[in-house]
Amino acid sequence: MRFSALRVFREALTGHKGWTPTWRDPDPQPSYDIIIVGGGGHGLAAAYYLAKEFRRARIAVLERGWIGGGNVGRNTTIIRSNYLLDGNQPFYEFSMKLWEGLEQDFNYNAMVSQRGILNLFHTDAQRDAYTRRGNAMILHGADAELLDREQVRAMYPFLNFDHARFPIKGGLLQRRGGTARHDAVAWGYARGADEHGVDIIQNCAVTGFRIRNGRVLGVETTRGYIGALKVGIAVAGNSSTVMAMAGLRLPIESHVLQAFVTEGLKPVIDGVMTFGAGHFYVSQSDKGGLVFGGDIDGYNSYAQRGNLPVIEDVAEGGMALMPMIGRARLLRTWGGIMDMSMDGSPFIDRTPVEGLYFNGGWCYGGFKATPASGYCFAHLIARDEPHPTAVAYRLDRFRRGAMIDEKGQGAQPNLH
Amino acid sequence: MLIPHPILGLRDAQEFTYLGDAALIDRPDGLANPEAFHDYLYLRDNPAGIHRELWFHEQGDRSWIVVTRNTVTHEILGAVLAQDVARARGRSR
Repeated sequence: MRFSALRVFREALTGHKGWTPTWRDPDPQPSYDIIIVGGGGHGLAAAYYLAKEFRRARIAVLERGWIGGGNVGRNTTIIRSNYLLDGNQPFYEFSMKLWEGLEQDFNYNAMVSQRGILNLFHTDAQRDAYTRRGNAMILHGADAELLDREQVRAMYPFLNFDHARFPIKGGLLQRRGGTARHDAVAWGYARGADEHGVDIIQNCAVTGFRIRNGRVLGVETTRGYIGALKVGIAVAGNSSTVMAMAGLRLPIESHVLQAFVTEGLKPVIDGVMTFGAGHFYVSQSDKGGLVFGGDIDGYNSYAQRGNLPVIEDVAEGGMALMPMIGRARLLRTWGGIMDMSMDGSPFIDRTPVEGLYFNGGWCYGGFKATPASGYCFAHLIARDEPHPTAVAYRLDRFRRGAMIDEKGQGAQPNLH
Repeated sequence: MLIPHPILGLRDAQEFTYLGDAALIDRPDGLANPEAFHDYLYLRDNPAGIHRELWFHEQGDRSWIVVTRNTVTHEILGAVLAQDVARARGRSR
């Protein structure tokens, strides 16, 4: 079923009786060519691109709960490609380009909105750092503009430009950055994968791997054993517990990241903005809520909820940047579980178990990566070689001294 | 979260900074065994459930604490001085 304006019009005239379920609800078959574990954004995108771009195969996505119920439904919906390092920027720019064609590609309204992302700076040194970052972005084919104080004031006159300690001196703007409707991204990929014959099997938790002579044969699940030639894992947040079932320890800690939304307000912030002197970023949803977030709580957690000190810290960041936010009432806070890796960068790689592939370690940057992550994971699984933009995302990079540490924090996951 | 400091009693977790898995107490000799040092530095068990972890009472008495905590519920099950843990493992200083 193809969505189009004509179709909506026709359904409106015929009592909306022609709409069918967006994806099937099949029972698992005894075996598949490829199983993707994890029905989140990355897993569904991987299945979609596998089926559509790489090869015709019998593919299943196994999801413990319902699809899109994990981090793809618990983020702040920002898309951007404003990284510095060689190992990251080409990948995120590839993702940005996929975002730009995504809705036409999978024929679903994911509300991709390139409303621009502005990283504010508050010191001369920070201006230098952001100039360097902007140049790196441009060299990798992305867009970047350095704005001075008055240009920022023209965009957001209500900011606290003359803060005694952190005056706003300008910002690095990526106009192609923005937001997307997070749930619709999962649904769009699920629908697209389903149309290409992928079985999406919900309420099916993987409880173990069947491995013989170093090769994966299939997965044990709550709905019985399912055989597979290849198994891809995309369960960020729970990567350590799932991969432990295959006997692997990962360079990852799980941490909780909180996010916040206020009551609906009239339009006030038309882009995405980040505070450069603390960890705070904000955008406004189409419903009017200010959506914002900050640091992770900083201790290992699988709880999907955080504690009050970080809420206070984020609120302080918001007050320092735009004091009027103090008049908005907080409607809701929530927490998601992040794979925090040892250098703040992700993994898309083979594992020591033949036929078992791993995608994870997304820290708190997984949403923007969804299209490229799915595409590169599909590329790796189908061809057994990494996609050119994801060659750096190897599990053995610490052993080789090839870390991709954007923040230069070292092997301390809660500081990335 | 409130951490039951072995000397000072219940203290707000905000007074502490977090390092990670208490296994970090047992640092191997990186020159004698680089592979073990790689695992020590970069790999973690990261369990969902009971986790023993190092917290530093930075804004308090500056002692290191080994806290036992459930990572699924955030329930804190106990806390001891890290120096006692290290001594029990044969470290003299």
